[in-house]
Amino acid sequence: MTATDFLSVLPLTILVAWACVLTIADLFIGRKLWTAVLAGLGLATALVVAVLTGGETRVGFNGMVSADGFAVFVSVLLLASGMVAVGLLYGYSRRMGFERGEIYTLLLFSMGGMVLMAYAADLIAVFLALELFSIPLYILAGIARPRSESEESALKYFLIGAFSSAIMVYGIALVYAATGATALSGIVAALGSPAFNVTLFSVGGGLVLVGFGFKVGAVPFHMWIPDVYQGAPSAVTAFMAVGAKAAGFAALLRVFVTAFSTRFDVMPELTTVIWWMSALTMIVGNVLAVSQKNIKRLLAYSSISHAGFILMAFTAYGQESVAADSVASALFYLLAFAVTSYGVWAIVMSLEQVEDGDDGMRKGLNLDDYAGLGQRHPALALAMTIFMLSFIGLPPTLGFAGKLYLFRTAIAGGFYSLAVIGVLTSLISAYYYLKIVVIMYMVDGEPQVHKARMLGWTVGVSAVGTVVLTIFASPLFAWAAGSVLELFR
Amino acid sequence: MNPLLLTLVTFFPLVGVVVLLFIPQERKSALRWTALGTSLVTFAISIVILIQFNSADPDLQGVVAVPWIQVAGWNIRYALGIDGLSILLVLLTTFLTPISILSTWEAIEDRVKDFMIFFLLLEMGMVGVFLAQDLFLFYIFWEFTLVPMYFLIGIWGGSRRRYAAIKFFLYTMAGSILMLLAILWLGIEGGTFYLPDLIAQGGIPGDIQIWLFLAFAAAFAIKVPMWPLHSWLPDAHVEAPTAGSVILAGVLLKMGTYGFVRFNIPLFPEAAMQLAPTMGVLAVIGILYGAVVSYAQKDVKKLVAYSSVSHLGFVMLGLFALNPQGIQGGILQMVNHGLSTGALFLLVGMIYERRHTREMDAFGGLWKVMPVYAVMTLIVTLSSMGLPGLNGFVGEFTILLGAFGSYAYNLGLSAAILTGFAALGVILAAVYMLYMFQKLFLGPLDKEENMNLKDLNLREIVTIVPLLVFIFWIGLYPKPFFDLMAPAVGKLTAALQTVAVAGLW
Repeated sequence: MTATDFLSVLPLTILVAWACVLTIADLFIGRKLWTAVLAGLGLATALVVAVLTGGETRVGFNGMVSADGFAVFVSVLLLASGMVAVGLLYGYSRRMGFERGEIYTLLLFSMGGMVLMAYAADLIAVFLALELFSIPLYILAGIARPRSESEESALKYFLIGAFSSAIMVYGIALVYAATGATALSGIVAALGSPAFNVTLFSVGGGLVLVGFGFKVGAVPFHMWIPDVYQGAPSAVTAFMAVGAKAAGFAALLRVFVTAFSTRFDVMPELTTVIWWMSALTMIVGNVLAVSQKNIKRLLAYSSISHAGFILMAFTAYGQESVAADSVASALFYLLAFAVTSYGVWAIVMSLEQVEDGDDGMRKGLNLDDYAGLGQRHPALALAMTIFMLSFIGLPPTLGFAGKLYLFRTAIAGGFYSLAVIGVLTSLISAYYYLKIVVIMYMVDGEPQVHKARMLGWTVGVSAVGTVVLTIFASPLFAWAAGSVLELFR
Repeated sequence: MNPLLLTLVTFFPLVGVVVLLFIPQERKSALRWTALGTSLVTFAISIVILIQFNSADPDLQGVVAVPWIQVAGWNIRYALGIDGLSILLVLLTTFLTPISILSTWEAIEDRVKDFMIFFLLLEMGMVGVFLAQDLFLFYIFWEFTLVPMYFLIGIWGGSRRRYAAIKFFLYTMAGSILMLLAILWLGIEGGTFYLPDLIAQGGIPGDIQIWLFLAFAAAFAIKVPMWPLHSWLPDAHVEAPTAGSVILAGVLLKMGTYGFVRFNIPLFPEAAMQLAPTMGVLAVIGILYGAVVSYAQKDVKKLVAYSSVSHLGFVMLGLFALNPQGIQGGILQMVNHGLSTGALFLLVGMIYERRHTREMDAFGGLWKVMPVYAVMTLIVTLSSMGLPGLNGFVGEFTILLGAFGSYAYNLGLSAAILTGFAALGVILAAVYMLYMFQKLFLGPLDKEENMNLKDLNLREIVTIVPLLVFIFWIGLYPKPFFDLMAPAVGKLTAALQTVAVAGLW
């Protein structure tokens, strides 16, 4: 382990060191605003470094990490979303009365794990990253204690997380038994060797997929998402929905496209498995979202369904000609989803009240609380409409561009029936997203809106970005497509 | 033609939208005049396009085709163009929009600003649909029109507006997302989304053509609407505000029929030939079904709505005759239907504003109190049922002529029998239209509430008269209209001919 190793993953090094220092520094900081600012500064530094050092591919720690275009794309996405999360958390935690300095250090540690997910090129590193990003998130989910829903959320998240980690680590062990390697390149190299054991490898690969399935919320491993999303403080949920999902997918994409690819004619049945996972995720996520009354639960199911759409394109990952697109389209969609999601969550936080409603949850989280928003707060309602259109995948929004890329990949891969399931479930999703628009514009009401600068900015930037980035989507497409090339060298 | 013109006519309504954003909600008449002014300028631009249009040229004119998204395997262009197939529809759109806006002067009092913004956005989307020559760009405009229309129905509609708005949205989206998959397939296989290139490449195997044809047809047939996919239409029409109904019937439905001419027939000629008899039968069922159901209605607006199903059946029958008369008649009938049904919806809206009911039983003998209104309605009614000398006759006659001589219809069944059944629809149209007229205007003036109804005011007359002018013009001298489209239609049918000769037939 030398200095070059640390330099090869400089953004990560900065992030973890910054988190450690901030943990101690926070003890001496009275106004938590400064902790938040420092955390944001740390993320910004890491972001700038990630962009500046992004040009060249480096491998560090004996191949445990690989700083390539893919890692840069994902870490830029993650770090930017971390910065938004810091801003949202600051205002939200003050307002809801659980302001603490630890929030930001936990966030930084979690970010460290997520960024490592993007870099990890070895199953051990993947597992390490998974734990590093998950454990602070368990705590963050419960940070609003003694509120029971927050504690419940943290406990559920923790139990399911521990369960899925155990499955994944067992899978890694089996893969190691089958190939004698945990590095992705080592696994590929071992595939043809005489000692290679197909059965162990298949079971191991399957268990790793299950582990990732939990993290990204794919059906049938999705049950925890609605409860955890609903119970966790909204700002934390927003971060989970964007960050944890992107990090989970990043590792899933890299691990499967390099080590477990059906290109190698080992485990051809994986394509079928992912096909069904994708189809079920799209169907279950969208169908169950229809009957939701609580906006956080609705968004939870919607986020499940979006995972299904990404998996739809990923089903084609084993085909030589489409593999690059299947990863690139997933990356692009994660970006589109992040931009839109933060806007939506900022609106959710604007309408969320400090007081409790009859059900013991905070007021302002039911769909009915959005009635009259179109009349009373036209700008907010317009932004929400844009976000809903983006989630449905209608032009001219980023969600449309993203879905288009996913569908193109699925069709190029020849998965026509999966694509048809995809569009039909999109149609179902149009129903529940439009329901929100209907309530906002076509039902009278007096919505309570909390105005805060950070929320306003997040909504505004997300809304403008959702539309404008679509019209100028070329560079984004090019970036996503270019970043994955090194995975296939 | 100046290539900037098409971009200008498409996006000029956006200028109006921006101006509207800066006018306060309370200044209603400023909002109305701005919207009207914008739509009139848009209309003026489209007239300039008409003047510069070379009607002898069968190809696209005023073409802009600049690269838009050309990375990562995408080859998307910002491509607009106009030819004989689309010019009348563009004109119809820009012509009906100011009329519709004028009709809202007293009808829309609530949230005028939002209404006008949505209306102009809708105009932009509709013009874009008719001009886009890149499948991707077309899809964007196509889906975009859903959003403003959804709000127009959902906010300013009748009592069941929320239901109608969502039904409209989901129904139309269901078809168009299937089309999206087909578009993506074409883009991947053809390496481009640019329509002229795709048509020139051709060479899609027959069995795949059928699937692609069906995917595109899913989007268009719902929009038309063809029987049995029409059930969203009565709800949307009845609940929409008058101006919304006018645009819905006048233009939005034409987007479906236009889609068949612009995309289905030239892109998948073999499939079109093969499926023509099926489409013809569905069209005739639509004609008869729409007519019969119209007759059973008690609500005037519903009657007019179902009559659209019948009239659009004629359009489809003409288009899938796949010969010059049929397609020309089909396109002209699109315009005719836009004029006549647009006018009918306006007239229904006027009586609704006075009486707040549309039940036919609530009226009777209106001719005595509202003579101007009665005469205008009579002309429009006669036009709609196809009286010789008025526009409807020219369109329907040409269509029937085309269908009767159709080679394609004779492949699966007898074109003569099919045309015979369709002609029955003309008689049925007379039945339900005259029935409606009789219920409203003739008989004794026996309802207390109707005694003191005011006749049309100047603004209302101004909204109807331009439509009447064209109703007579097309009816008496349709040649200029046919001349505009003949070369483009000729090119289309010539291409079909080649396929028919080269292929199995």
